[in-house]
Amino acid sequence: MSEETPDIRMPDPSKLMVSNSPHMRDKPTIDKIMLTVVAAMLPACIAAVLFFGLAALKVLVISTVSCILAEEGWNKLMKRPSTWRDGSAILSGILLGMNLNAGSPWWICVLGGLLAMILGKQLYGGLGYNPFNPVLVARVGLLIGFPGIMTTWHKPELGRMVIDGVTAATPLGLAPGETVLQDMILGNVGGCLGETSALALLIGGGILIWKKLIKWEVPLAFIGTVFVITGMMHLVNPEQYHSPFVHILSGGLLLGAFFMATDMVTSPMTHKGAWIFGLGCGLITSLIRLWGSYPEGVSFAILFMNALVPLIDRGTVRKPFGYVAPAKGEA
Amino acid sequence: MSEKPRKFKGGVHPNDSKALSAHKAIQTAPLYDTYKVIMHQNIGAPPELLVKKGDAVKKGSLLCKASGFVSVPLHAPTSGTVKLIDKVPGPTGVSVPCIVIEADGEDEWGSPFEPMADWRQTDPAELKQRVWDAGVVGMGGAGFPAHVKLSPPEDKPVDKLILNGAECEPYLTADHRLMLEQAEEVVLGAAILARILGLEGAVIGVESNKPDAIQALEKVAGEYNVEVASLPVNYPQGAEKQLIYAITGREVPVGKLPSDVGCVVQNVASAVAVAEAVVKGIPSIERITTVTGKPLNDPGNWKLRIGTPIDEVLKLAGGIKEQPAKLLLGGPMMGIAQSSLDVTVMKNTSGVLLIAKDEVSLYTSEPCIRCGRCVDCCPMQILPATISQAVENNRFDWAERLNVMACIECGSCSYSCPSHRPLNQQFKRAKVEIRAGLRK
Repeated sequence: MSEETPDIRMPDPSKLMVSNSPHMRDKPTIDKIMLTVVAAMLPACIAAVLFFGLAALKVLVISTVSCILAEEGWNKLMKRPSTWRDGSAILSGILLGMNLNAGSPWWICVLGGLLAMILGKQLYGGLGYNPFNPVLVARVGLLIGFPGIMTTWHKPELGRMVIDGVTAATPLGLAPGETVLQDMILGNVGGCLGETSALALLIGGGILIWKKLIKWEVPLAFIGTVFVITGMMHLVNPEQYHSPFVHILSGGLLLGAFFMATDMVTSPMTHKGAWIFGLGCGLITSLIRLWGSYPEGVSFAILFMNALVPLIDRGTVRKPFGYVAPAKGEA
Repeated sequence: MSEKPRKFKGGVHPNDSKALSAHKAIQTAPLYDTYKVIMHQNIGAPPELLVKKGDAVKKGSLLCKASGFVSVPLHAPTSGTVKLIDKVPGPTGVSVPCIVIEADGEDEWGSPFEPMADWRQTDPAELKQRVWDAGVVGMGGAGFPAHVKLSPPEDKPVDKLILNGAECEPYLTADHRLMLEQAEEVVLGAAILARILGLEGAVIGVESNKPDAIQALEKVAGEYNVEVASLPVNYPQGAEKQLIYAITGREVPVGKLPSDVGCVVQNVASAVAVAEAVVKGIPSIERITTVTGKPLNDPGNWKLRIGTPIDEVLKLAGGIKEQPAKLLLGGPMMGIAQSSLDVTVMKNTSGVLLIAKDEVSLYTSEPCIRCGRCVDCCPMQILPATISQAVENNRFDWAERLNVMACIECGSCSYSCPSHRPLNQQFKRAKVEIRAGLRK
């Protein structure tokens, strides 16, 4: 092999990159994950527009635009690079819209966007650093500040594309026995945009579990706990307490359990932690709903459990593969 | 296998890209003019130099002798003259001493070992000495001296010999072809290793994506009381601890060795080297390496002498169609990126891999969104995201409490991170810092 074979091309070593292993990366990136969650929200968004009309679309669009602008405005102010393309602001915007009712005035959406993105997220350092779900920070802020506007529900009317509507009660506000389960499953009930169709939320939740974007333990433990506790109370006194099916299908439980409590940033990282977190959410939700002064308790429950996440994480550090307990007497 | 292999928790499934070279039969590389034999090719102490500039050497004659127990001798890949003993860039970028041999073209054997055809009657201690004398190291990538693993402490009896034929790294097919084409030698090596350890038989673990290799091994395995275990395809299935778990269900305790659970693991290529050393008397002077990657014209598997320059290896594969982004020694998950073509084939060079420009993405590390993907895929079941936070805050004590020392650096966490965080890199750093702290 002493003769040179000049027609064989060789790599130019000066153009070789050097970096640490691994030299392969899996496909998902933050923006793809966020946009998949947005896609999983679409069935519920469509259901909202079908039942509440164009008013719902208006709320969704204004909320989303507000969140994006709030995030970018803050970045400009703080001289930080633009971040809206990572999709998290878009997702927050849609979730914010789903947490409002169709009759919300435009400025509620804008205020919600500011609260979510700045108070709920950027003040803590931006994506990944916020301890509380930003959308729930906004929702609870608005609920405290504007209780009237936040609890005036639109009457659903399938297929009627209206901007303004008639008000109606949320099933949890009605007396037990006045609710129709079929309407609740399809979405023909009053409430926030994201509370209306149980079916659409379950489809979205199914997509998230299938794509492994959420830990299935959270919704299961959350919904299961509410079911068991409200079920027991319903057995004790069906006159006073709703059936557990009404509790599960109404209000923000499905929206909260599948899309809010499962927020990666603000929920525990291990599967064991996810069980504890879901259980706690379910317990607090049940307590507020059964004996609290609000008809709904999902938002408060999730926010409270968000605060406990660092503790849960610390308490659920798992044993490594091949872990041996230190012998007695050793530190 | 009487028992079904267990699937270890975690792991990732990168696109394996093995089709580029899996069907290419092993070819023997021609004799080259010059070989650059890097002196230190094993984990443990570097061997002691025996030759000097101008010395004539024969093929297989000693260049270096072992300098201690955890050290192996080094043999000349061909006959010729020692042209130079100099420092060259090693695979990690650090300069290492290297013996440059100018081949005389005769390829004449020196004083090779006596073949031990009657190995079944030979004293196990003598067989083990032969493995040591032949300079056999772990050829899967680690380069750990084989004879050390064959000398378990007396208080830790070994009852299981496992051959690692998992080859879970994407792109690499050298072990696959070896098991397919030299199944008898693999099994023979297993039997010799078993005799050294005083065991009746052995198990060869192969990922189930190599059905032809499994079939070839099974055909000859019975003769030597060797079993073949078809393992789930799950990176890093070939990691020692994960392999032991799959086959025996035993968990190697953190910070301990396979012998602590009665196991010895040897790579299949090392087993073949052992068989050749014992039965034919040939020292470890060549290995089978996969030369692959999309930028290459003709990827394949070659039998290469130790010390073959990488540029010659790339020429064997027909050179390149396009400028690659990276040149790796080893596979894409754990291989080491090179900045020059001056490196040479070593005993642990399982692959020479070119990564195309469109296969790398230039990314910046973004904040952790706590998605938990790294937690789910960690085969050691530690918490990469949390440890990463500790490292970023220079809290190495915290990282240590979170068991960063159990990390096997397989890279699964970095692979799966959607924020492109340099997790693997941070843990390597943490381990260095913690070890440095311990030495103080």
